[in-house]
Amino acid sequence: MSLAAIKQKATVLKARFVEGGALPVDCPVLLPADTLLDLYGEDIRTRAFLTHDPVRGEVILRPDFTVPVVQKHMAEGAEPARYTYAGEIFRRQEEHPERPSEYHQVGFEVFDRADPAGADAEVFARFSEVLSPFGLRAVVGDIGILIAAVAGLETSEARKSALMRHIWRPRRFRALLDRYAGRAAVPASRTALLASPDPLSLAGPMIGLRGAAEIAARVDALRADAQDPALPGDQVDLLEALVKVSETCGNALEQLRDIAVDMPAIAGAVERMAARCESLAAQGIDVTSLMFDANFGRTSMEYYDGFVFGFSAPGRPDWPLVASGGRYDALTRQLGQGREIPAVGGVIRPGLLVDLEEAA
Amino acid sequence: MSVKLGVPSKGRLMDKTFDWFRARGIGLARSGSEREYSGEVTGVEGVELVLLSAGEIPRELAAGRIHLGVTGTDLVQEKLVQWDQKVRPLAELGFGHADLIVAVPACWVDVNTLDDLDAAAAAFRARHGFRMRIATKYHRLVRAYLHEGGVSDYQLVDSQGATEGTVKNLTAEAIADITSSGETLRANHLKILAEEPVLRSQATLFKSRVAPLGESERETMRALQDRLGL
Repeated sequence: MSLAAIKQKATVLKARFVEGGALPVDCPVLLPADTLLDLYGEDIRTRAFLTHDPVRGEVILRPDFTVPVVQKHMAEGAEPARYTYAGEIFRRQEEHPERPSEYHQVGFEVFDRADPAGADAEVFARFSEVLSPFGLRAVVGDIGILIAAVAGLETSEARKSALMRHIWRPRRFRALLDRYAGRAAVPASRTALLASPDPLSLAGPMIGLRGAAEIAARVDALRADAQDPALPGDQVDLLEALVKVSETCGNALEQLRDIAVDMPAIAGAVERMAARCESLAAQGIDVTSLMFDANFGRTSMEYYDGFVFGFSAPGRPDWPLVASGGRYDALTRQLGQGREIPAVGGVIRPGLLVDLEEAA
Repeated sequence: MSVKLGVPSKGRLMDKTFDWFRARGIGLARSGSEREYSGEVTGVEGVELVLLSAGEIPRELAAGRIHLGVTGTDLVQEKLVQWDQKVRPLAELGFGHADLIVAVPACWVDVNTLDDLDAAAAAFRARHGFRMRIATKYHRLVRAYLHEGGVSDYQLVDSQGATEGTVKNLTAEAIADITSSGETLRANHLKILAEEPVLRSQATLFKSRVAPLGESERETMRALQDRLGL
């Protein structure tokens, strides 16, 4: 696989997105680290290359295009907008040293608030079309349904926001759910704390920036939480049934509508999925055979909060996804400090397409 | 060519390593003056003693410049990505015990588990506008541990020494460090989270999986391992 072949492939793909109405954009390779650190936290250090610039401080080798493209759009773009880009991105591969730490991505992003279902369908259809010669397997999902389900749980706001924070960490999410449902044992330290009438009086000298008021506030929150009734078991069961839905879109929709009868909070999100399926069909996508997986996109794509999709190479289970994407409205809200620009997009790895062609 | 054995170049770790080998009939000693970092080996032919800083031994093993090395499990796992493909532990030597732990101020009566730490970190970030700082020099191990434990909204800040003092000095809210008795922690008003430690470490004899071995070194290695009862 030669670099020239990958660049050639990237150029061709980018041209296809331009034909689809996208404006080509370019982004710097060296980005200020603070925005990305703020978004992803410490985990970004395991995934990206950070380095130090004596003048600009901490900088990062572009780990993806999404964040700089969103920032560029917010600074100078007009809506609606479609962008495409191609270039190298850099990822540390501590877990998979056999994978390259520098590779090419070609992307397509749509900023359009008028018709989200239509924009989702347009992006997926464009990817499906340019990838059609490669025999890839597509799967779609919808994080929005899970978010709606959590928002609708019969429990305190504090518990809901804790669950919401951990939607993208399924194991931690599960542990919280078990605790709120009274299915997990309360740690002895917690029981002792709650039994103590004035725990702070035994705290010893106060040191550090986190002050007595903050500690007292959390003790109060824990006391209030201990008074909250357990999350009803049937709600936990429904949530579990929901994340297990893995079917063709038509069947998945049916199952989700069944769940929505007992969990009315998700009805709106399920109907938005139905509207998306119609838009996909209108774009010529065969939704009767398209796979839907409710859990898809929960582990690796933290900023996606609605529609998600991926294309994988059958017979290459060791490969990462060849293409992936989704809707990231919340990311634009965070980057725009309150200003939100509904956005959906995705990326293709041209290097993997070249590998597939050479293996054929 | 000879089999190169890397041993910490000073202090208790060196003395205890020498003791451990002596008990198995192999004499290790510094040659020349106290200041000279070279050594001699008796009781087995073809082994060369290389005195190194304990922190450099993992790297030398992974690069194949030494065949055997004594260092802490903590240093091997922190410094070597996919350490188990580069070195193989041959024997735990029974000294240099230390746990890598996460500690928070003792006054944090509400924080005892990783679950508590995560909740406190979220509230801290909302209130102070930045992520809770955890001071450590074991970045990779601690990051992996906290990721596994589902803790977010924290940041690691580098501390190469006197880490227990960072909380009082307001340069960190919590720490992750090696401790053996916990006395320094208590003296600095810190407590260990009631969780499994990040790592239980002790001085360990490692064998490089990459250092080239010729026919004669292979023989020496066998003789040495025989003598050590490995």
